[in-house]
Amino acid sequence: MHEIDMTRALLASLQEWKLSHAPRDPQVNTVHLEVGAFTCVEPDQLVFTWDAAISNSWLQGARLAIDPVPLMGRCVRCQNPYEPKPNQGYRSPCCSHPMEEIISGRELRIRSVDYTFA
Amino acid sequence: MHMPLEDTIGLNLLAANQHQAEHNREQFDAWHLLCLNLMSSPGAGKTSLLERSLAQLANEFSMAVLEGDMTTQLDAERLEAVGIPVIPITTGRACHLDASMVRGGMKLLAARLDPAELDLLWVENVGNLVCPAEFEVGEHRKVALLSVTEGEDKPLKYPVMFREADCVLITKIDLLPYLSIDLDRLENHIRQVNPICTILRVSANTGAGFDAWHGWLHQQRNAQAPGFAPRAPHSLREPAVL
Ligand SMILES: Nc1nc2c(ncn2[C@@H]2O[C@H](COP(=O)(O)OP(=O)(O)OP(=O)(O)O)[C@@H](O)[C@H]2O)c(=O)[nH]1
Ligand SMILES: [Mg+2]
Ligand SMILES: [Zn+2]
Repeated sequence: MHEIDMTRALLASLQEWKLSHAPRDPQVNTVHLEVGAFTCVEPDQLVFTWDAAISNSWLQGARLAIDPVPLMGRCVRCQNPYEPKPNQGYRSPCCSHPMEEIISGRELRIRSVDYTFA
Repeated sequence: MHMPLEDTIGLNLLAANQHQAEHNREQFDAWHLLCLNLMSSPGAGKTSLLERSLAQLANEFSMAVLEGDMTTQLDAERLEAVGIPVIPITTGRACHLDASMVRGGMKLLAARLDPAELDLLWVENVGNLVCPAEFEVGEHRKVALLSVTEGEDKPLKYPVMFREADCVLITKIDLLPYLSIDLDRLENHIRQVNPICTILRVSANTGAGFDAWHGWLHQQRNAQAPGFAPRAPHSLREPAVL
């Protein structure tokens, strides 16, 4: 269910872009997203709700391309980057330190939009 | 002429909500009120916590509640009984409150009282451990509740909520004699995803832990100054480039 809300939030943000930035009547081909692993969003679900949400809207026919971004932490003790794993309690493998610093994985970002216009 | 273009946006997917949330927070700052967002799974004890805290703090703070509920107004009725103004916000199918719903709630509240006279504004979010963590409403502090009956593994299974929380309340500790949960282990799991949050153990039934909890509230209220926002260890609060 929350992917529907995420899709709504995404559409609202694209609407802001359209109103404030894009040239008039952009024909959007692809929306490129970065979705981090440490977020509440499941990429497949998002694509599914996206396709339903944009029919009969100004975004009709636009494709959602999602780049998953892995969760990466940095051990604050020895500065080693590492991939935190839930079954290891997200601890660093080097020092068994809690996940304090996150380098990537929290992204929910509209990276770019491909479009044409008349 | 059809000319393919690519706009680099670098915009947060939740930018529209984030903008509204920041608007709300500026408004709260102008009114000098502290806004707290209470989040938990369904039934972890948000309304029960509020019932006790509102009653105990009524002489110290002027308060109001925005009560998020998917379908009913039952929680709002429980809190009205304490004598504090409550605005119910029915979210319908949405499983969280968002910033514009809270703005709508504030309009209704402002018709009943002058928000500038409030010290604390409570937002009880919809019971859900997943989405509310991603949707800011303009709060100054995020408070996550986890009851002792939910299991030690929840902070690892729903890490984003616990990562973002400024304070985690472990609730219903009066039930501990009947359970085999290891609280130190539970706290450890919270610390693994959020080493810097405040963790407190409370019971809304007995009042245990409420002195410390109210002490934390006073601390936050005293520390409030312009720019006071959730102290998330890492978040998506990058400025949106439009
Ligand atoms: N034993 C015990 N029960 C509690 C405590 N706090 C809440 N409860 C019980 O837990 C149940 C749910 O409490 P609520 O306060 O309604 O929980 P909530 O988080 O507001 O629930 P939703 O708003 O529906 O998500 C009720 O039956 C409460 O009586 C507590 O400290 N101890
Ligand atoms: Mg409730
Ligand atoms: Zn290390």
